[in-house]
Order: sequence, then structure tokens, then C-alpha cells
Amino acid sequence: MSTGRTTAAHRLRPLPAGPRGILIDCGTSEAARSCYRSLQSRRMSGLLEAADLVPGATTVLVDGIDEPELLAAELPGWPLTDEPDAGGEAVEIPVCYDGPDLEAVAELWGVAPEAVADIHSGIEYESAFCGFSPGFAYLEGLPERYQVPRRENPRTTVPAGSVAVAGPYTGVYPRTSPGGWQLIATMTNPGRLWNEHREPAALLVPGTRVRFAAVRV
Amino acid sequence: MSHIEILRAGVLTTCQDAGRPGWGHLAVPPSGAADRPSWRLANQLAGNPTGACALETTLNGCTVKAHRNVTVVVGGAPCPVTVDGRPEAWGQPVKLQAGSVLDAGPAEVGVRSYLAFSGGLHPKSSLGSHSTCLLSGLGPAPLSDGDTIPLGPSPAHPPLPTQWPAPWSGVGEELVLKLHLGPRIEWFQPEAVAELARGVWTVSEHSNRIGLRLEGPVLRRADAKAELPSEGIAAGALQVPPNGQPILFGPDHPTTGGYPVIGVVGPEAQAAAAQARPGTPIRFVPIPMPHWSKRV
Repeated sequence: MSTGRTTAAHRLRPLPAGPRGILIDCGTSEAARSCYRSLQSRRMSGLLEAADLVPGATTVLVDGIDEPELLAAELPGWPLTDEPDAGGEAVEIPVCYDGPDLEAVAELWGVAPEAVADIHSGIEYESAFCGFSPGFAYLEGLPERYQVPRRENPRTTVPAGSVAVAGPYTGVYPRTSPGGWQLIATMTNPGRLWNEHREPAALLVPGTRVRFAAVRV
Repeated sequence: MSHIEILRAGVLTTCQDAGRPGWGHLAVPPSGAADRPSWRLANQLAGNPTGACALETTLNGCTVKAHRNVTVVVGGAPCPVTVDGRPEAWGQPVKLQAGSVLDAGPAEVGVRSYLAFSGGLHPKSSLGSHSTCLLSGLGPAPLSDGDTIPLGPSPAHPPLPTQWPAPWSGVGEELVLKLHLGPRIEWFQPEAVAELARGVWTVSEHSNRIGLRLEGPVLRRADAKAELPSEGIAAGALQVPPNGQPILFGPDHPTTGGYPVIGVVGPEAQAAAAQARPGTPIRFVPIPMPHWSKRV
């Protein structure tokens, strides 16, 4: 149970997303995460039937619902809480800070390359939403001064397990793919990120708290 | 049980069932048959339960060898059908003897034919679905010559359709799709919305199960520099990248995206779009936003 205060500042704005969908614009990332939790618990208790609930950076998409107008009418009165769920242990991800963009990121951060590991692994993140590739989580928590742009030239191949930063996010590539984020580290066992025979298949489902732990190889 | 063998995979033949909806929050596209009604009908005619896995071809069909006696129905885009070189019926159950070779030829109209086998196909499954996803790589890989796919047990009571299907309506010279406006209509210049109602786009040849790329009038944003934070993409979304040339997303669409969606088409229009060949003209009939979206 969340114990956060209810705030009136959040206004949920329902936008039509096709005949059977609503995109809820929540205004902020915190409100989106809170809204997503509310929708999930409503779905679990049978109050909401939806084919898909897809959180985004500041939105939640509710797709495959029979009467979107009913949900839309309820939304403005929903209480939302500011604080993240306290429940659940943070998932720890052992990484080696050896990424090819480590020095470039250190320079952007204005620190020595050796300090990147301490800074990045000293923060607790939360999986805000998934996108791009199955199991790729957009992890939030980087303070503004550590936000860096994407690479000007995206790489055609980023190895599975690469730990990257871009904008307000850090993330780990679950499989080898193209990518434009700045690579600072490598996860030692990236196979944990996505396992179709596990429930859930993704390690970093939205709402999961995450910590990186530096290991030396 | 036994299996079928792909002798000629054609341009692109994939295994498709009802897909894997419900995993969008893990960045898993829904996938599944692109033309749902045709896929469903082919399965019904083959006596299969709803949701059975069938082959989905692209433009030039495929050739399959049966390794056991099996009933097959070729539906979806009409195409010449032969068994061991002799003409056979399209859109009706055809009995294949073990060792026979069925060829589904090039689509005469439309893009995607469906080959439904009695008992259904049982290739590798992933998150409860046998569907190939071109975007994520989940499910079985697109088929290659020589691949074999296990068949499920034949239905105990060989299937007879309870009613004959309506003929496949196909794709006309021009595709006209109802487009439900929103969610991000305010991201566009008013002129763009007017353009949606009168413009004609054509389906680009760079189109696939992920989306139809449309070429035509440019849909201009109100603020060309504004960046939209990534948000969930609904099935059938019409997304507009910075070049103003819209993409109508198909079953293998990305689950989130950072370009605004100007409108969304419903299931019937998604099925029709799946049969639109490159070069097909597309028009939209914009459906205004519902009243509830204006109240708040």
C-alpha cells in the first residue's frame, strides 16, 4: 500500500486512441506511474477490463476496452499519490563500467572517468516503462545534471547487456540491436533481462526498483 | 502428428495465430494474422478451433509438401492453387495426401493469403503464441525453403463449414479507411486535419507487417521542434514522423513511440490495410473526437 499524499495538482486527461482505446495524459512521470498502478489494481480486482495497459513517459495507454467513455468520465476524480510503492526489493544488476562512451559521459558530467561508476551505481532507479525491444526498460532516477544527449551517430550494433544513458534515462539492452544511447557499462549476465520461460518474462517490469552494482573483471 | 515442409517460402511467409496481445507493457508487439477475418475464415473452413496457427504469405504465395494426410484451405488474397500440378479450389477445403505438394501462387489481388491446415500448425511458441514478430524477433523466424513445421492432431470430427463464406471482398482500386481522430490531434496544424479528409496517399513499397508507409500530402505539426515523450501506441495508429509522411501501424508495431499519432483505425480497417499492395491509393474518412474528450 502506498502511503503517499493525494495531490490535486495532477489532472488526468483522457485522449481518444481509436474506438476502443484511451491515452491518459498524466502530465508528469510520477503521475503516470501512479495512474498505471491504479489501473493495474483495478484490473486485478475486476473493475477494469482492458486488453493492454501500456505506460509511457508521462502517459498510460488503455487499449481494448469496451466503453472508453465510462473510464474517461471517471478519470478526473481519481486520487493519485506522489510516492512510489514502497513494496518490493530493488533488483540488483551487476555491471562492469567499461563502456566505449564512458570517457565521453565523464566529460559531459564533468567528472573523472573513474567516478562514473560511483555516481551511476549510487542511484536507485525505477523502471518507468518498457519500449524499443522486449524487456528494455526506461529506468528513471538520474538527477538532471547527469542527463546527457544521445550519440550524434547511433551505432548499428549495440551488444546485449550494454548499459547506457540518454536524457533522463538509463537502461540495459536485452539483446544485440542498433542503438543511439551512450554506453557506459556492461551487465555481466544479460540473459536475466528477458526469459520467456519466466513469469514475467522481463526482469525490469514497469514499477521495479533497480540498483547497479560495480564489479571488477 | 507429422509435419509440413516448406518447399518455396516466397517473399515472406510467416506462422500466424491470434498473436500475443496483453504484453505491451513489456514492449512486446501484439503480432498475429494481419488480415484477421481472412485468417479466421480459413481456419473455420479447415475445421480448426478459433486461434489456430496458419501460414501467412506475402504477394507471391508459397509451396508446401504435406507429410501426412491433411485438409488445407487457402484463403485471404485470392491466388491460383495447385496440388501436384493440378488446379484446385481456392477458399475451400482441399484434401492433401501424404507426399502431395500444394502451391499457392501469386496473389491476384491483395497481398496476404492464408493456408490453414486441419489440426493447425505448431511451430515454436513464445509468450503463448506461435506468431512470427518481425519487429521483436519473438516467435518462429520467417520461413525458409526446407523448413518443417509440426502439425497438430487432426480434429476428431472432420470439419464441415456450417455456412458457406461470403466471397472475399478484396481491396478496391482505392482503399477508404475510417480514421478516429486523436490522441495527438492538437500537435498538428489545423490544415493537417483538413488535409486528412481530402488528401490521397499511396502505399509505399517500404511497407510490411510493422506498418504501411504512406506517401502523399505532408501532415505538418503545429510546432516542428516539440518533442513528444514516448507513449503507448494503440493498434491501428496513424503515426506522423517529422517528415510528415504518415505510417499506419500493423500487427508488429512498436509498443511505444515518440512521434504523435493523429488518428487510429479500427479492426476492419486494419484488416483491409493488410491487403493493400504498394501503390494502392488510400483515403481517410476522419471521425471526430468523441464528446468526452472535449469535456475535460
